[in-house]
Amino acid sequence: MTPELALLADALVRSTPLIIAGLAVALAFRGGVFNIGAEGQLLMGAVAYSTVALIWGNILGRFTIVVAMFAGAVAGALWAGIAAFLRRRFHVLEIISTIMLNFIAIHFVSFLVRGPLQEPTRIYPQTESLQPVARLPQLLPGTRLHFGFLIALLLAGALAWVFARTAIGFRIRAAGASPIAALVAGKIDVSQTSTLVFLLSGALAGIAGSIEVSGVTFALYENLSPGYGYTAIAVALIAGLNPLGVVASGIFFGVLETGAIALQREFAVPSSLASIVEAMLILAALTVAALRGRQLLGKPAAP
Amino acid sequence: MTTLELNGITKRFGSLTALDDVSLAVQKGRVHALLGENGAGKTTLMRIAFGMLRPDTGSISVDGRSVTFSSPADAIQSGIGMVHQQFSLVPAMTVAENVALGGHGQYSFRQTADLLANVAKRTGLMLDPAARVADLGSADRQKLEIIRTLTHNAKVMILDEPTAVLTPKDTTELFTQLRAFADAGGAVVLITHKLHDAIEHADDVTVLRHGRVVLSSTMSDVDEITVATAMLGAPLNSSSIDEKPSTSSLAVVASLDGVEIKGGEIVGVAALDGAATPLLRALAGRITPITGSITRPSHVGFVPENRQEEALIGDFTLTENLALASAGERRGLMNWTELEKQTSAMVAEFDVRTTGPDQLPTSLSGGNQQRFVLGRELRNNPALLVLENPTQGLDLNAAAFIHTRMKQARNNGAAVVFYSSDLDELAELSDRVLVVSRSGIRTVEPDRIEIGNALLGRNE
Repeated sequence: MTPELALLADALVRSTPLIIAGLAVALAFRGGVFNIGAEGQLLMGAVAYSTVALIWGNILGRFTIVVAMFAGAVAGALWAGIAAFLRRRFHVLEIISTIMLNFIAIHFVSFLVRGPLQEPTRIYPQTESLQPVARLPQLLPGTRLHFGFLIALLLAGALAWVFARTAIGFRIRAAGASPIAALVAGKIDVSQTSTLVFLLSGALAGIAGSIEVSGVTFALYENLSPGYGYTAIAVALIAGLNPLGVVASGIFFGVLETGAIALQREFAVPSSLASIVEAMLILAALTVAALRGRQLLGKPAAP
Repeated sequence: MTTLELNGITKRFGSLTALDDVSLAVQKGRVHALLGENGAGKTTLMRIAFGMLRPDTGSISVDGRSVTFSSPADAIQSGIGMVHQQFSLVPAMTVAENVALGGHGQYSFRQTADLLANVAKRTGLMLDPAARVADLGSADRQKLEIIRTLTHNAKVMILDEPTAVLTPKDTTELFTQLRAFADAGGAVVLITHKLHDAIEHADDVTVLRHGRVVLSSTMSDVDEITVATAMLGAPLNSSSIDEKPSTSSLAVVASLDGVEIKGGEIVGVAALDGAATPLLRALAGRITPITGSITRPSHVGFVPENRQEEALIGDFTLTENLALASAGERRGLMNWTELEKQTSAMVAEFDVRTTGPDQLPTSLSGGNQQRFVLGRELRNNPALLVLENPTQGLDLNAAAFIHTRMKQARNNGAAVVFYSSDLDELAELSDRVLVVSRSGIRTVEPDRIEIGNALLGRNE
């Protein structure tokens, strides 16, 4: 195994949660839902996955991964569902509520790994390691690249297909592009569509968290995500909210961040450099979009 | 004396020549009508006069002095004021704040109120300086735009389709105000496609067609036919479709609180200040009424008043916009190949001028947008077609086309219900008219006077 290949594999591993969470954000933004809470939904997905895998792993056996990942998706959807409910019932802006829910999720993880889910010796603030049945298989033997990367590609293809080919995808795009026209001309139930977008977006983010636990960390702990859910917003915006574009920009960000870590390790170049490059890219992408007169974000939907 | 003179103006957008060697002289103390169909270049010309666009060639002079405008601020400085078709006001701010907007130095309510009082004394135009713009009706908003140009000491006032949003009474008042402004030494440019407004109220007329001046004259030297022919290039063909089918027993397709609407008739709806909107939308199944009873067919075609915002999605192709019509009921997969075929066919049938089904509706003219929307809503022959101000802002040809299609739909057995703020249109097109007011719905004959009386709550 050459070190180059290992490094490339690391970059793809890093890009996996970015792609999936990026899809979550792209779906939400295309549907007129400003879900800034992919981070929290991702963490809740990781929590659900670990909990199911740790508690029922023995009973579920080889079905552990499927069942736990389903639980992760549901947990992400429910976490986003809180924001959906708040918007529908009380007209709370999801930009605010999803950010707040991020903090709750972060501290909920802290509580779990120091309390009910802490490993048996009660020394480290993390859960017990997941059993092999709950771990995703390797994709490239000898590297860290796991099956989750394939799932990310499949999800991207699926989302692109949903947008382009299905009636529900068309409704989501219409409700995001112009909620009033969707309502008046299309007789689309916009608030129902928005709720669906919230749930699907949260589910995707939840899957991202599940995959991170089952493919990389094999345990739940604090700082499980170095802000994947926030970087995902940049990933989605740079991709122009296009699902296949998200794959490209997700890999790009993965390479950038992995490279920055390697640079810091080998040559003591501060890895904050990568964050600066990321931020500059986002600004550049938004500027180009503005110059083209194109709206990268949909119009906010009526609650 | 010439206040504003545009000389030899040419403006190209890519391969399109919007204006070709256009000259216009606006005299002091006179109202000058700039007529033309949509897309004739009226608005482009006035945007050049107001510094919003730069001409490729040609010159502008004000009071005989040659000027170049690099922004509207320069134009305002030179004494040119513009009242835009879509008002450029901040709804959340007060009248005084809107007047002071764009000024320099400190904002003082007292000072601005004094300024407004001064304008009111000079011209009789008055608004409460502390009123919020959001609370004003469209007539008052327009008044505010006019007042704002007056506070800048405008010598020339350009109004872009000012009567489009006004009731007949407000229109009369507007022209009285404009005449007063001209009599006080101002000059008025009235951009319009309404022949009637121009002939009634203007002293001079310039007609644009396809970016060229085709007629330029004093109003007293020309008659209506000459101007109309100049605008259209050819006389309008009167259609033979006017004959109503002699159906003796018409089927009831919808009812509104006991008022029955039958297939094979055009029902006009008259109301003041948008009072009919909720009713029409309930009839079209777009909103659910809190009280009252409505029966309606399941498939209703609906053409909303604000086609750009409510009927079309600007970022979607025409094919996608066609698919939008039934998006709420669609299940499963989208058959884009088939939808694209249907779009091409519909676009051809309704004479929508496009480059193809992939075009975005934002690049279509208002008339073509409306043809597209009507064509879409008439697909699958709905039993009921509901329209709100279907010809507002359209040129004569497009309006005539829309009217013809409405009659065709009726002759095919559909019930057509339309709201119009134009009493002439109601009288001309309707088989009967429903006058909607707070006290209820009243049915009257399609006659201008009768409708007007019913609207004002007078009994004949």
